[in-house]
Amino acid sequence: MLSSNPYLATIQRDLLLGLRNPGRLLNPLLFYGLVALLFPLALGPEHRLLAQAAPGIIWVAALLATLMTLDSLFRGDFNDGSLELLALSPHPFVLLVAAKLFAQWLLTGLPLILLTPVLGMFFSLTGQSIGILLLTLLLGTPTISLIGAIGAALTLNIRGAGGGALLALLVLPLYIPVLIFAAGTIKAAGAGLPVDGQLFFMAALLVLAITLAPAAVAAALKINMH
Amino acid sequence: MTDQSSQTCTLKALGLQCDRGDRELFNDLSLSVSSGQWLQICGANGSGKTTLLRMLCGLIKPDAGEIHWQDKPAHQNPVLFRQSVEYIGHLAAVKPELSPLENLRFAAILNSDTPKHKLEDALDHVELYGFEHEPAYTLSAGQQRRIALARLLISPAKAWILDEPFNALDRSGVNVLESLIEQHLQNGGLAILASHMPINLPLEPAGQIQLTN
Repeated sequence: MLSSNPYLATIQRDLLLGLRNPGRLLNPLLFYGLVALLFPLALGPEHRLLAQAAPGIIWVAALLATLMTLDSLFRGDFNDGSLELLALSPHPFVLLVAAKLFAQWLLTGLPLILLTPVLGMFFSLTGQSIGILLLTLLLGTPTISLIGAIGAALTLNIRGAGGGALLALLVLPLYIPVLIFAAGTIKAAGAGLPVDGQLFFMAALLVLAITLAPAAVAAALKINMH
Repeated sequence: MTDQSSQTCTLKALGLQCDRGDRELFNDLSLSVSSGQWLQICGANGSGKTTLLRMLCGLIKPDAGEIHWQDKPAHQNPVLFRQSVEYIGHLAAVKPELSPLENLRFAAILNSDTPKHKLEDALDHVELYGFEHEPAYTLSAGQQRRIALARLLISPAKAWILDEPFNALDRSGVNVLESLIEQHLQNGGLAILASHMPINLPLEPAGQIQLTN
């Protein structure tokens, strides 16, 4: 049964909706796995080459898989009026939106991270490289979810395939800083250099996204409800 | 309906204006509804009924004019205003994957927590007894609409703003809703209804707003 706290209840409700729509959860996850696995087949079984390219491939696959989940983030609630219910509740809309975004990461970001060690083995990554890769994904996937949510909220009123394409054009350039720092961290770790600085940058981007994205998403959603 | 205070409530709109692009939907529209009164908003399709209702509940900002609750601008105390107003639009805000009970419980938590037996009573009242644990997508359009109506039963709000509330309801559903509104008015509530159909309530409407294209 749902919690009596409105924010926890929103998270529980979204998790429940996600679990009752397993296809919506599994599709991006399968996409992530398949895209990443196509590369070892295409590049051939050379261990060194694979291990070098792996972090970049896995990260790009994760970005694209996240992009796939964005369109459905608010679409359902927008189409059936649930978004209005949230907006008219006495509780701050921003916090309810933040609760939804957290649930979204639990449903889409977290499974990606859990699948990554398996992919890492296909690319003959060492345990240490997989650890660093997981760390960058842990700091990076919430950031790209949050940035993507802004795009999803802004393009909510654009129906059909045009919305999805616009969303990708809008959001992918904003993913570049995260991607650069993630790749930099992994490269530095591979060369035996300290990675703290890069990780701190990724953490700073995450903090920035957590602070600003919910407000931006809430504002964009309100504009679309007009 | 849980709040039985005898305080009189008033919802007022002063000089509302709405422009959609080049088109002016309405201009200098004022209305006032107090406890025990209801107001009907009529007009053809596209005349701005839904826009007006969404403006009254605060979803849309008016291009000019103000909404007052208890003679104070609603935006001065948005939390009080949102607690006082229950809006049911033509989208029922019912999640097809959730059961009626889960749908109702979530809507209740967003306002104020309500014990489970009250939620069950509310579903019973709108004749959804026996369906409370079925996923809502297995229910008919009218039954899904009834889940939204059950929200009215557990809402503490004094002002009901209902957009085409009789849509998709069968005869007995219409009766249930009419008696709900009647009881709400007797308890000191007020209601604003948009409908293109005549509404059968024992009490005459306090006014009728006719929107024209």
